[in-house]
Amino acid sequence: MAKTLESFGIPTAHICSIVPISQAVGANRIVPAVAIPYPLGNPELPEDEEIKLRKGIVEKALKALETDIAEQTVFE
Amino acid sequence: MKKIVHYLNQFYGQIGGEEFAGQTPILKEGPIGPGAAIQGLLGEEAEITATIICGDNYFADNQKEAMAVIMKMVEEQAPDMVIAGPGFNAGRYGLACGTVCDAVKKQFGIPVLTALYPENPGAEMFQHDIYIIETPINAAGMRKVLPVMTKFIGRLLNGEEIGFPEEEGYLPQGIRVNVHTVENGAERGVNMLMKKMKGEPYTTELPMPVFDRVPPAPAVKDLKNATIALVTSGGIVPKGNPDHIESANASKFGIYEITGIDNLTGDLFMTVHGGYDPVYATEDPDRVLPLDALRQLEREGAIGKLYNKYYATVGNTTAVKNAKKYAEAIAQDMLQHGVQAAILTSN
Repeated sequence: MAKTLESFGIPTAHICSIVPISQAVGANRIVPAVAIPYPLGNPELPEDEEIKLRKGIVEKALKALETDIAEQTVFE
Repeated sequence: MKKIVHYLNQFYGQIGGEEFAGQTPILKEGPIGPGAAIQGLLGEEAEITATIICGDNYFADNQKEAMAVIMKMVEEQAPDMVIAGPGFNAGRYGLACGTVCDAVKKQFGIPVLTALYPENPGAEMFQHDIYIIETPINAAGMRKVLPVMTKFIGRLLNGEEIGFPEEEGYLPQGIRVNVHTVENGAERGVNMLMKKMKGEPYTTELPMPVFDRVPPAPAVKDLKNATIALVTSGGIVPKGNPDHIESANASKFGIYEITGIDNLTGDLFMTVHGGYDPVYATEDPDRVLPLDALRQLEREGAIGKLYNKYYATVGNTTAVKNAKKYAEAIAQDMLQHGVQAAILTSN
């Protein structure tokens, strides 16, 4: 899906738990997530910490969207 | 008798379902589940002496640690061969099957075999390095694939010569071999051309490679004035799943209103994805679709605005060609509504 959206000229940040799968299917802007059942969270953290964690990942995705790239890039 | 070690996930290893996907690698004696069926077909030819079982999430999230333990287990068993799966179209499991087989082949130099659906990301990653028997999309094809696997296991153990992928049932490895033919290249080429012109079927000797990549889209110039849309393959839908999106092999996607919503809560939204433990997403759907974080960033002015609808489907064994079709429709909808960039989340 990430690849198809990009093919329409829509830059797409793929936030995903398993980076090698995202790379294999051909996403261009890849942002690693936390874990499979909670890619953008961590139930062990207090709520405010968890939101901070989530916001940090989304900020990385925004960074990916405003970065011109020549090839598949993982935004750590 | 030759010794085989079999790798399975928590489900086929009969530990449990998604709630046991965090299982660390364990070793059990003898064959289990599909291994027992393979053993039945193998008869006296070889023996599955041990089964290594690891949870899909544990493997995907802790690959290094999982592999260290699994490789030690294999070393201690000193088998003549390692097999894994079949993993069908299960993404995490396919990745594990391919990774284990590839590492065993490289480190111990013994034959390895797994079986996956051609679109499984694990197949794409490893089909050039190891033999992967082609399977149907899901476990309904178990009976069909086990005899093919078993036959292949026997041939690998006996060091027999392996034929072409289409004859043997494994995924093409991209290797060219020299063969002698009666007709020369010019004759064969003209024959193919004649068939093509008559509209008759023919088989090319050199399939064109499929470049499965797209050039990156240009970056968003001015995020502070851009409209961003959220997309997820994690199955987050309004409570009650109004479009009846399937929990696996989804036949559709949905478009859902988020105007005036600052935070996804379990009383209004839910997950219908059948491939991960839903407990955490049910507690707080923002853990899959980060609406609360994007609203904060919208208020802070980091982005112009968040598009007032989001797109959702279930990426659980969903065929690539369907996912592509949904994304094409989503892209057109985005372009019509002035969306300049997207954030796609996947479990």
